[in-house]
Order: sequence, then structure tokens, then C-alpha cells
Amino acid sequence: MLENTKLKLVVEKEFCKGCGICVAFCPKDVLILEKGKVKVENLDACIQCGQCELRCPDYAIYLGGN
Amino acid sequence: MPSKLVDKYFRTDSLPHIWCPGCGNGIVTRAIVKAIDNLNLNQEDVCIVSGIGCSSRASGYLDFNTIHTTHGRALAFATGIKFANPNLHVIVITGDGDCAAIGGNHLIHAARRNIDLTTIVFNNNIYGMTGGQYSPTTPTGDKGTTAPYGNIDANFDLCELAKASGATYVSRSTVYGANMIIKQVEEGIKNKGFSFIETITICPTYYGRKNKKGDAVDMMNYLKENTVNKIAYEKLSEEKRKDKIIVGEIYKGQRPEYVEEYEKIIESF
Repeated sequence: MLENTKLKLVVEKEFCKGCGICVAFCPKDVLILEKGKVKVENLDACIQCGQCELRCPDYAIYLGGN
Repeated sequence: MPSKLVDKYFRTDSLPHIWCPGCGNGIVTRAIVKAIDNLNLNQEDVCIVSGIGCSSRASGYLDFNTIHTTHGRALAFATGIKFANPNLHVIVITGDGDCAAIGGNHLIHAARRNIDLTTIVFNNNIYGMTGGQYSPTTPTGDKGTTAPYGNIDANFDLCELAKASGATYVSRSTVYGANMIIKQVEEGIKNKGFSFIETITICPTYYGRKNKKGDAVDMMNYLKENTVNKIAYEKLSEEKRKDKIIVGEIYKGQRPEYVEEYEKIIESF
């Protein structure tokens, strides 16, 4: 778990096509769509479940190191 | 900078891919790569073979030994590759049109032979690349550009087809439950024989739009709400079974594997 706390959400804006899947299925409402791209709005609420990374069809959001 | 997983296994210079916004193909492709990563397979020992169609573009984005073959013939090429080098993990990426229509015969005979290939079908219920014609898995009554008043054909149950043809591992999953795809691809690669994994993916651009299924999120929600595990499905009443997508392991069996049987003949001389 300690290792997990080091992970953070990384957004690859150029890859995002704005489908909204990550926003819709984030269990903690961390993400929003802004100007057709995903934006991390409420990072404090993120529980690092990785559901966004799992379902992002465009590899535009993921849990990265440090 | 893409994620470590994507960076390691994708040809990142070809990203972002050309699949439409909300297309589920990217989810399945990532799941396949994740399964390969979980199994710690050497990239050099994996060969990805694909046919033609939206799904089959996946081979171009992946950094393994890859081959993008002719329409419907991915399994024929894969059979040759497996014969030439039985040590390779040969993974076939195909679509519903590629695999069930023009490549239907290759599918049933590859399954009949029980050759050690792992076939992953991206089933989006339509021919996306060519503009939304109905495919063998378009549900009866649904629309396509070639079925503007509704499709009158009965749709294929690909898992039942693979099972009846002799595949030794058959399963189904959806892009909503992408963790299940990862697990099933792992099982499929581990199975010594023909493995058939049907992944139900979403095509908001053609299938979704033609059939008023809403956007990508609506289509994902449909999968979420209408998916039922095989074990739970068997306990459901006839009424509740209607229109449900059965997921999970559909069949697992054991039969002699084709390349091994062939090698036995060679060794007998």
C-alpha cells in the first residue's frame, strides 16, 4: 500500500479524445471534461483504483510513479 | 509520456491511434498487453497476427512480432507461423466480420484442429471500417447501412460456434469489465490448444449511432447493466435471460494439440 500512495494520476492530453468514459466510471468523481479533454479536478478524492486507466480507450490517463 | 505499460509494449510513435472517440478497441488492446505483461512473456516470443478491420489495426500499434494479414485469413497465417515456430505464443486479433464472415471457415477449422493459438475477437456488432454494414453478429432487428429497415438474419453466437467446432478454451467478456478480459487472455495463452475469447466492444460511431444506443458512456452502461456471468445466468428465469450477455468461461476442455500431434508423426520416422 505504501508504494501505491506514491502513484499519481497522469493525463496525456494529446491522446485524449474526450469520450468521457473515465469521467463517467470514476467512483470518486475525480475527473471532469473541459474543452473536450479530461481534467483532474479533485485529486484529493482519488483512491488510486485505476478504473480510469483500465477503461481509457486512448491511454490518455494512468496511475504513474511519483 | 505514456504509461510504462504502453511505453513498453506499444509502438508509441504511432499513437494516438486512429480509432474513433469512445471506441472500445483500445480497451481490449490494452487488456491483451496487460495479460502478456502479467505472464512475463518475452516480447520476442510473442507474435500478434491480425486480419482486416478496425480491430485488426491493433497489430500495427503493438511492439511484438506482428503481421497484419489479408481479410479473414489471420488464423490461416497464424497456423503457418505456429507450425514454423511452435515456441512462439501466437495471438490472433480479429473482428466479428473478419472472423465470423469471410474468415468463418478458418475459425471452425482452427478450432477443430485445436492448434495452440489464442484468438481474441473484438466484437463490435458491425463493420466499422467500411461504414457500418451489418455483420454476422449484428443482433436480429438492429440496423446497419446495408440493413436500413433492420437486419433479418439471426446473429451468430460465436462462443457456441467455437465450442462446437472444438476449441478447448472459450470465454466471453466485455470492455466494461476489462479486468475479465485480462484474466481470460492469460487463461487463453496458458491453454495448450485453441483458445477463443470473444470481447464485446462498443462502436458508438456506427453501431451506436445507427441503433440510437447513445454515446460511448451510454453503451458502456448498457454492457454494465446487461452482462451476467454464466453461472448466474443458469439460475435466471427464462424471462430474465432475454437479451442478457453471458460472460465468463463458457467452456474448457482437453484434446490433443495439433502441432504436438504433427511432431509425433515426424518423430516416428
